[in-house]
Amino acid sequence: MELLSGADMIARFLQDEGVEYIYGYPGGAALHIYDALFRQDKVKHILVRHEQAATHAADGFARASGKPGCVLVTSGPGATNAVTGIATAYMDSIPLVVLCGQVMSHLIGDDAFQETDIVGVTRPIVKHSFAIRHPSEIPEVLKKAFYLAATGRPGPVVVDIPKDMTAPTERYEYVYPKKIKMRSYNPVTRGHAGQIKKAVELMLKAKRPVFYTGGGVVTGKASEGLTDLVKQLGFPITTTLMGIGAYPQSDKQCLGWLGMHGSYESNMAMHHADLIIAIGARFDDRVTNNTSKFCPTAKIIHVDVDPSSISKTVRADVPIVGPSSSVINEMISLVQGKSIASPEALTDWWKQIDTWRAEREGKLYEPSKPGEVLKPQEVVEALCRVTRGEAYVTTDVGQHQMFAAQYYKFDKPNRLITSGGLGTMGFGFPAAMGIKQNFPDDDVVCVTGEGSFQMMMQELSTCKQYGVGVKIVNLNNASLGMVRQWQDLNYKSRHAHSYMESLPDFHMLIEAYGFTAITVNTIDELEPALERAFANKHELVFLDVKVDPFEHVYPMQVPLGSMRDMLLSKTERT
Amino acid sequence: MRHIISILMENEPGALSRVVGLFSQRNFNIETLNVAPTEDPSLSRLTVTTIGDDRVIEQITKHLNKLIDVVKLVDLTEGNHIERELMLVKVKALGAARDEVKRTADIFRAQVVDVTPSLYTVQITGDATKLDAFLNAMAPLGILEVARTGVSGIARGDKVLSL
Repeated sequence: MELLSGADMIARFLQDEGVEYIYGYPGGAALHIYDALFRQDKVKHILVRHEQAATHAADGFARASGKPGCVLVTSGPGATNAVTGIATAYMDSIPLVVLCGQVMSHLIGDDAFQETDIVGVTRPIVKHSFAIRHPSEIPEVLKKAFYLAATGRPGPVVVDIPKDMTAPTERYEYVYPKKIKMRSYNPVTRGHAGQIKKAVELMLKAKRPVFYTGGGVVTGKASEGLTDLVKQLGFPITTTLMGIGAYPQSDKQCLGWLGMHGSYESNMAMHHADLIIAIGARFDDRVTNNTSKFCPTAKIIHVDVDPSSISKTVRADVPIVGPSSSVINEMISLVQGKSIASPEALTDWWKQIDTWRAEREGKLYEPSKPGEVLKPQEVVEALCRVTRGEAYVTTDVGQHQMFAAQYYKFDKPNRLITSGGLGTMGFGFPAAMGIKQNFPDDDVVCVTGEGSFQMMMQELSTCKQYGVGVKIVNLNNASLGMVRQWQDLNYKSRHAHSYMESLPDFHMLIEAYGFTAITVNTIDELEPALERAFANKHELVFLDVKVDPFEHVYPMQVPLGSMRDMLLSKTERT
Repeated sequence: MRHIISILMENEPGALSRVVGLFSQRNFNIETLNVAPTEDPSLSRLTVTTIGDDRVIEQITKHLNKLIDVVKLVDLTEGNHIERELMLVKVKALGAARDEVKRTADIFRAQVVDVTPSLYTVQITGDATKLDAFLNAMAPLGILEVARTGVSGIARGDKVLSL
């Protein structure tokens, strides 16, 4: 029997759980835990410069690897700084375990120094939370936290740990709990066979079908199965922003992604479909536009591991509660050997889709001419060429995020790492940092803007400390582009606080940390600069790319319209 | 439509706040709420009455089920059920009104459980409509204080909400 203090139990548990990196920031209430981490060398702690970055870094790792990310912060401000990162993970269903120090048990409720009720603060943005009440509970509670975070519909779990629970003087028996059972939590492991059969019958009879798949296929590790199923049926597929890469975007059956800034052909196909096969997607308002005008002729099959996502905003005709991977596999076995009822109808459907593809060709942006200011879209296209479409691309939030998603072509899942649900500016850079540390031999690039980057740029210091060689492509339009776009469209171009006065000289700023910065002004400088940036995988390089501040993201759905109501450029709408 | 949802949940700190928080967070509505441990001290039974159309009630039950602390739940209004609420009312009882309070309490099969020279404390159980009717009858006599437990309920017949 092994006796360990609460703090040593935490360190040992993380080792036994196979946690390699934990992101955090020390403080009074967490010091026993930090001391325990110091006395071992298996779990590597990464000292960030702000707790929000710790959560984003762990989240980025979780998105890229499919494993839970792990964070350690102290009580009070340490924990509240982590809140935005927890909410970001919650909205995108990302597995995250956040260990928060807390003041001593006997002080809780007394407004003690650095005391915050973090379980209360985070309650609406976690999958679950625990407060440790006795050191002997620690192994079991931590096992539950990792189990809950990673299974079913994944999400963040907060564990609140009062300082006296980790006191070095009190020792208790430690056994790593290999398995955990919770009577109140039994995530569904397969979908209803009858419903799946019904869905497949509809699929085989459909004349204008379209797959609409989301982040659930990525977190559910079902993209291989999805690709098989879609190829067997020959149907078009569109994904959500979160689902990008679950089906190879370079394949002709892929229409790109859908929604507010989704592709023209995706939104047109959805609107005119007679059958929508939604898998691991949640009919978010940025996808559906006005739900009362949503896809008027379509029957809807909706597969989701979370029953509360089904029929939440749009009524499903065939609801299937189950994990995307097992449901897709069952669909594949039912489809095998069968043929669709009307191949002619499907051929006509593809002709229609190809017409839509041709209609939007060349409309969405005009490339810059030599010597002119760059268009952000062509920067992303060049980035995709230089990295052969194989990089991990993280983004912040705004126009650059949409351009990155539109113009980088992803053929693999877990490669576009973006805050889709919460839309957190500041996410991209620390997320890239977390990914690069875990995938050091891959290219990891953060596509950002000068607004978002300044929200988390203190992490340059962390990258310096640990030698993290991420690339940063700053699409610098000297304004908050998406806000500005909305002001152009809805506020007669009154640009209230959407421009950035007093931007730093990014070149000098980056050099102050000892990194390389390259400023890019024109098209002929672009690819050489990118080649240079990506020449060394282990060096952080910052590209400050000056882009057209007047550019808008198109297509853009018209507010309160249907899926097909879109602006295609500043002068053209559907 | 009004629904009575009964929930079996882990008798853990924070469990109640998760249930209540869910209602405000998702813009659902709570009419009454009632909670106590069951014969198994590790479980609490919580009964909530709420108002909403079928779509809202479906979302409420799905989201409640999703809470990790919730073990099982039933929408009692989907079947035959027994619904009870307990209420204590302090009423002025002076002069002729003293007899009137007692008579009205008897009509409603309520009991006077405490007495002072100037007031009666009356205890009454029943469904919410009976309690409302009793309050209406007592109102002209001078109600001083009302304490209601909120609705508790159980299904009729063989149906059992247990692990």
